[in-house]
Amino acid sequence: MSETANTAEQIPVTVLTGYLGSGKTTLLNRILSEDHGRKYAVIVNEFGEIGIDNDLIVESDEEIYEMNNGCVCCTVRGDLVRVVQGLTRRRGRFDAIVVETTGLADPVPVAQTFFMDEDVRAKTALDAVVALVDAKHLPQRLKDSREAEDQIAFADVVLLNKTDLVTPEELAMVEATVRMINPHAVIHRTERAGVDLDKILGQRAFDLTRVLDNDPAFLEDVHHSHEDHVCGPDCDHDHHHHHHGHEHDHGHDHGHHHHDHGPAEIHDVTVKSISLRGGEIDPKKFFPWIQALTQEQGPNILRLKGIIAIADDPDRYVVQGVHMIIEGDHQRAWKPDEPRVSRLVFIGRDLDAETLEAGFAACAARAKAPA
Amino acid sequence: MPSIAAYDFGEFVETACFLKDRPAFALADGTLRLPAGGETVLTLHEGGLLCAKPDPFGKRLLTGGEDGRVVSVAADASFEEVASIGRKWVSAVAGGPQGAVGLASGRSAYVHRPKSELKEIRHERTVEGLAFAPKGLRLAIARYDGASLYFPATDAEPVSLEWKGAHLDIAFSPDGRFLVTTMQENALHGWRVEDGRHMKMTGYPAKVKDWSWSAKGKYLATSGAPAAILWPFSGKDGPMGKAPLELGTRGDSMVTAVACHPAEDMLAIGYQDGMILAVRFADSKEALLRRGGGGPVQTMAWDEGGRLLTFGTETGEAGVIDIAG
Repeated sequence: MSETANTAEQIPVTVLTGYLGSGKTTLLNRILSEDHGRKYAVIVNEFGEIGIDNDLIVESDEEIYEMNNGCVCCTVRGDLVRVVQGLTRRRGRFDAIVVETTGLADPVPVAQTFFMDEDVRAKTALDAVVALVDAKHLPQRLKDSREAEDQIAFADVVLLNKTDLVTPEELAMVEATVRMINPHAVIHRTERAGVDLDKILGQRAFDLTRVLDNDPAFLEDVHHSHEDHVCGPDCDHDHHHHHHGHEHDHGHDHGHHHHDHGPAEIHDVTVKSISLRGGEIDPKKFFPWIQALTQEQGPNILRLKGIIAIADDPDRYVVQGVHMIIEGDHQRAWKPDEPRVSRLVFIGRDLDAETLEAGFAACAARAKAPA
Repeated sequence: MPSIAAYDFGEFVETACFLKDRPAFALADGTLRLPAGGETVLTLHEGGLLCAKPDPFGKRLLTGGEDGRVVSVAADASFEEVASIGRKWVSAVAGGPQGAVGLASGRSAYVHRPKSELKEIRHERTVEGLAFAPKGLRLAIARYDGASLYFPATDAEPVSLEWKGAHLDIAFSPDGRFLVTTMQENALHGWRVEDGRHMKMTGYPAKVKDWSWSAKGKYLATSGAPAAILWPFSGKDGPMGKAPLELGTRGDSMVTAVACHPAEDMLAIGYQDGMILAVRFADSKEALLRRGGGGPVQTMAWDEGGRLLTFGTETGEAGVIDIAG
């Protein structure tokens, strides 16, 4: 596990995922044309659809490079390594980078590039993965492909776009599906990708000092914690507890999420979220456990986030991971009125909740003997 | 003590070289700076320059840019467009025999030959690097899972050399017997051209980003470690089964650039912290050429006579070092 800190010189990178027709081009055109006082370099797969002529738009062919033994966890996007290196040699030319991926792109190698390639990592910092979802066509996309689900599962921010093309009931169902795949993403409902750019750019979602800031209730939803991982085909419990994380970000009414969603949409969801919680943790048990776990289960883990209350440590310890890559750092001191609880969330496939729970429970610090 | 003429260009120095005996610096902003005798600034590319390599077959510098153009700068600093492929980035260039120029962009390699049309060679994967063999018009390209060898004057099928992983830069040994690549992993890979025999060169803590053949091709010096790593290539099996030389080892910095002296068994080593040392192969004796500076040494080159060394850094510092003082 490496301890890292973003320095001022690292250029933030936003990754934009989403199926063809989900509104990526509309959003990119807004990023390139609106007067927001910042300059963006945009890496696209095809110049074609961008209607703006700008020498900071770079075309690159998606190149997935497996490293070492060809493990899925060691893939990077070779094209991004090259283009990002080219772009970052010139200081002051732009403030941030946006990477557009194709509709079928796997977001994982894109994200891993920013952790695994030493040069890219030195010069840039992954800011957030933003997924655009076409509200009308998501149910069909989930039936067709795994990529659509992966893009949502992997995202920090989801734009539920084209909301004008669906009924309120359909929209509620689609949002519930997104929530099921990724309980912790911030969701914004949009028409024509019309969202305040401040809500998708400059999120610092991978910055350990800020991680989980968008989800202040991360440690709070105690009474629902055991339900996260039982969401399955027959799941009919209400998902209201998932919404704490973004309620403050946008004002729309969440009441509609109480509708039951039928099994038809849900059986296309193969990603699940497992939420573990505990009290104070023994670092001598926790670190070897999480290291071994990510080594063995890495291919099944899309994202991992957690706050750990290390015994006798005045600071909160935060961890985040992508597949086998895991980072951790002290974040800030626990506040006097904050309960010292630990929480670890995995989003992935084929993860065994009971084994994970037992493993995490075994990391608990032993209660101090009475003096 | 060596003397330094220092410059500060304020822009990433991609390549430092000599045009005839004039030091020249190709910057990432697309300009070529010739600071000696009253500064000359040539704008080679609009947008930015991505690659620049002296042509080992002729006294010229070849550059590729974000504008999709390849430019050739002659010894007298006159320059001309060699090729233009539109809006895509030109990410690698290489000079070849009889004025041939190779360039790479995305999944295509192109070969320009005087008085003939630009030839495009398409690949399934990105062409990361290219180099011409020292004899005959033979082009090697580095790609995912290996390298391919072409005779671009013919339509013969390429020879494929396979090795798993992403291969980035590529070079022939000066005698043409070996082909070596740098990889996305912290390693080099090599093949003996006659029979495709593999050479694994591993153990680097960082990616290898610069290399240089020593006089007569005896060694291949490389960056990517706290010392310059020199693989012996004089035997018939190349470096197989032999330990490399490690020169200029430092505990507190990494080697980022290397340049072998054109005649003697000696090389200049540039470090992450801007220091430059000259080190002799025979006894590892070191001479300090530059104390350090604001950024990693990106590029170095000797003049033909082997008395002057140019260098440039990622932060735009540059200079010419006279080792005779």
